[in-house]
Amino acid sequence: MNLDSKIPEGPLSDKWENHRFSSKLVNPANKRKFKIIVVGSGLAGGSAAATLGELGYNVDCFCYQDTPRRAHSIAAQGGINGAKNYQNDGDSVHRLFYDTIKGGDFRSREANVHRLAQNSVNIIDQCVAQGVPFAREYGGLLANRSFGGAQVSRTFYARGQTGQQLLLGAYSSLSRQIASGQVKMHVRQEMLDLIVVDGHAKGIITRNLSTGELKVWTADAVLLCTGGYGNVYYKSTNAIGCNVTANFRAYRRGAGFANPCFTQIHPTCIPVSGDHQSKLTLMSESLRNDGRVWVPKNVEDCGKAPSEIPEDARDYYLERKYPSFGNLAPRDISSRSAKEACDEGRGVGPGGRGVYLDFEDSINRLGENVIRERYGNLFEMYERITGENAYQRPMRIYPAIHYTMGGLWVDYNLMSTIPGCFVLGEANFSDHGANRLGASALMQGLSDGYFVIPYTIGNYLTTISPGGIDPDGEAARQTMESVKERVSQLVSAKGKRSSRSYHKELGQIMWDYAGMARNEPGLKKAIGQIQDLRDDFNKNLLVTGTGEEYNMELERSGRVRDFIDFGELLCRDALDRNESCGGHFREEFQTEDGEATRNDEDFAHAAVWEYKGEGEIPARHEEDLKFEEVKLAVRSYK
Amino acid sequence: MKLFLKVWKQDGPQTEGRFESHVLDGVSEDSSFLEMLDQLNEQLLEEGKEPVAFDHDCREGICGTCSLNINGFAHGPENSTTTCQLHMRKFEDGDTITIEPFRAKAFPVIRDLVVDRSAFDKIIQAGGYITVRTGSAPDGNALPVPKEDADLAMDAAQCIGCGACVASCKNASAMLFTSAKAGHLNMLPQGQAEKDSRVLNMVAAMDEAGFGNCRNYGECSAACPKDISLDYIAKLNRDYAKAKIKKVFS
Repeated sequence: MNLDSKIPEGPLSDKWENHRFSSKLVNPANKRKFKIIVVGSGLAGGSAAATLGELGYNVDCFCYQDTPRRAHSIAAQGGINGAKNYQNDGDSVHRLFYDTIKGGDFRSREANVHRLAQNSVNIIDQCVAQGVPFAREYGGLLANRSFGGAQVSRTFYARGQTGQQLLLGAYSSLSRQIASGQVKMHVRQEMLDLIVVDGHAKGIITRNLSTGELKVWTADAVLLCTGGYGNVYYKSTNAIGCNVTANFRAYRRGAGFANPCFTQIHPTCIPVSGDHQSKLTLMSESLRNDGRVWVPKNVEDCGKAPSEIPEDARDYYLERKYPSFGNLAPRDISSRSAKEACDEGRGVGPGGRGVYLDFEDSINRLGENVIRERYGNLFEMYERITGENAYQRPMRIYPAIHYTMGGLWVDYNLMSTIPGCFVLGEANFSDHGANRLGASALMQGLSDGYFVIPYTIGNYLTTISPGGIDPDGEAARQTMESVKERVSQLVSAKGKRSSRSYHKELGQIMWDYAGMARNEPGLKKAIGQIQDLRDDFNKNLLVTGTGEEYNMELERSGRVRDFIDFGELLCRDALDRNESCGGHFREEFQTEDGEATRNDEDFAHAAVWEYKGEGEIPARHEEDLKFEEVKLAVRSYK
Repeated sequence: MKLFLKVWKQDGPQTEGRFESHVLDGVSEDSSFLEMLDQLNEQLLEEGKEPVAFDHDCREGICGTCSLNINGFAHGPENSTTTCQLHMRKFEDGDTITIEPFRAKAFPVIRDLVVDRSAFDKIIQAGGYITVRTGSAPDGNALPVPKEDADLAMDAAQCIGCGACVASCKNASAMLFTSAKAGHLNMLPQGQAEKDSRVLNMVAAMDEAGFGNCRNYGECSAACPKDISLDYIAKLNRDYAKAKIKKVFS
């Protein structure tokens, strides 16, 4: 597997500039001869499709939702980072770069992260010009706030709905291109396979979710902007429809999958209330700016009402353990600390899996009105779900799967190991290492879509001739046959168990053994259990209806089937990474006081998995990460 | 909780629909309305029946995918709430609940409770944007926006495009949806250049898609999960009148 990262020459801060200059340009008259498929319409896909359309390429954009405006980027709450230094508090491109590298526990590529920090300032400008209603100060200028894991205020936000507003901005640009005919939008379509001809990506096969029609789409390049795989855990903060199928199918066609074990557990979610639950709801991390996290010091106090527990019987454990970052400690560290407290029996709420996030001090200091203005919508959401009023009693929160840093391997041009197949946004692996900092996902999605791919795609397109392949030709036909076979296999499953029940069981295995803390025996056990689950799925699955109609059961079965195989890959990756870093915490590798111990000597690399066939163990390759600008250091937030 | 459900079933856009009755027992008060439907579907699968198709995705009230008319109300009886955020503790044990799709000429049924709302996309494509090429933006702070204006723009921009406004209006008018997007952009200095063409084109697209006229009943705003105010409809009417007059005299 060729893992040439194609990082440009020159000093770090000049690399992107140099690369843009040396990148090949596609003549404007030739752009219209190229056809580009964009799968996904979130921040990465929506911004890429809109921008490539503006440039004159012919774009076909696909999403499984009923309109591009509903992609799950919409649910991001807190904000987007931009190294504008409008607050004059010492921020800079270099500081954002450094924070992101350190936050990722030194497992991301320097050059990619620096480019991300550089682009962050353009993103803010672009979004403001589109009419994104960011929060403003009374003088009319943009407001900022500090956000999990950062000591400067560089986060731009639109109340608690920043993702929504940024996505609607990208959607409006996309809509303009759709109206002009430059982008053709295909909604309620799910990508089921990638067509690869002579090693190059030349198209996709989709299933129309309303009619069941399977169709071949050909192109000169395919962009996968298909998001993360958090739903392998069944319950996560992802939307119900989020899935790994597009990425996993590309992996099966030869795209390397990097660092699947790097998953992020978000510390501030509403705790699980019961077995009926289908998803977990995130409460924006911005709440930690004004809320204090605590559990009772004594196990006996856990059943008491929080107001009955006196101040000196409370353990504000983040403030105690990480005095300089306190309640703003990064996500992986905060999550693990919550788990530790609950493992010690000091958790609160049903099942003892919860910690308090308390606003009493802030309400006393600032007044309830200020808190209501800052977080009113979040408090309302909390009350709707739990029936509790968080102005009067502390919220209960617990970590949940939120984001996945791993993804398809890409080079500096965002191209996967399959030439012509590009991967953008959460779907790729490149920028967040082993842990993502708050307000960085939106930044990466938009950076990739608005400001990276429009330049780098030329480096590929200038090496091929436009025109794609014959949609009725051999390669397309073969791929279509395999999709048809798979769909008909699923739809003829007349066993006893629903796909949801398999998904739930898989999620439980993943959460128990590959969740916040992992260890060798647990991961080995998980791999065995997943293999058994797959056998059972192949024998006992029940799918109703036919393939030629709207069929939710069929849709879910296909996704769950891929999640099962992918879950095994994730566990293998976690098992082989003998270190703790970021979101990947291996219990064997920790200090005496429970902090993660990285192993830079053996694991300062991205692990890239190559598919070797059904039932075969995939091959593990490495891309060494070279750190020229930053010194590898123990990531301390004390 | 034990519930008696009357659920709309319809095999396709061209076929006739019907209500089916189901009894569902053991529903947790803490589950959301959609989780209750998940439970119903699991039960139907066990009985060897076809599950009920419904639209849903984020399940946290922001994507706008979920819909449903519940006991005659778009998104159910609770104010400012989407169906996915409606919890069963708002119902009583033993309740009969009627569940229908959003009904409007411009939202044809695809299957059961799933409707096609792509007419909304057509309205946005007609003018719900500010024309700005990627890379051509000035510095974000080059153009101050008074906080009051930014806040009002944000109030309108919160629209999630779910279609509850249309489903609640007896004329199936899309004025609240259209006015929210036009209001958001027209309120900002960035949106001024295209203000007139925006309202004229968006309203034309709305009429063409088959939505009815606005008679100021106000049901739309009452049903809106994001509390979009009727003021935006008034603003759209004002902006439209101005644009129309300018066009006549130009």
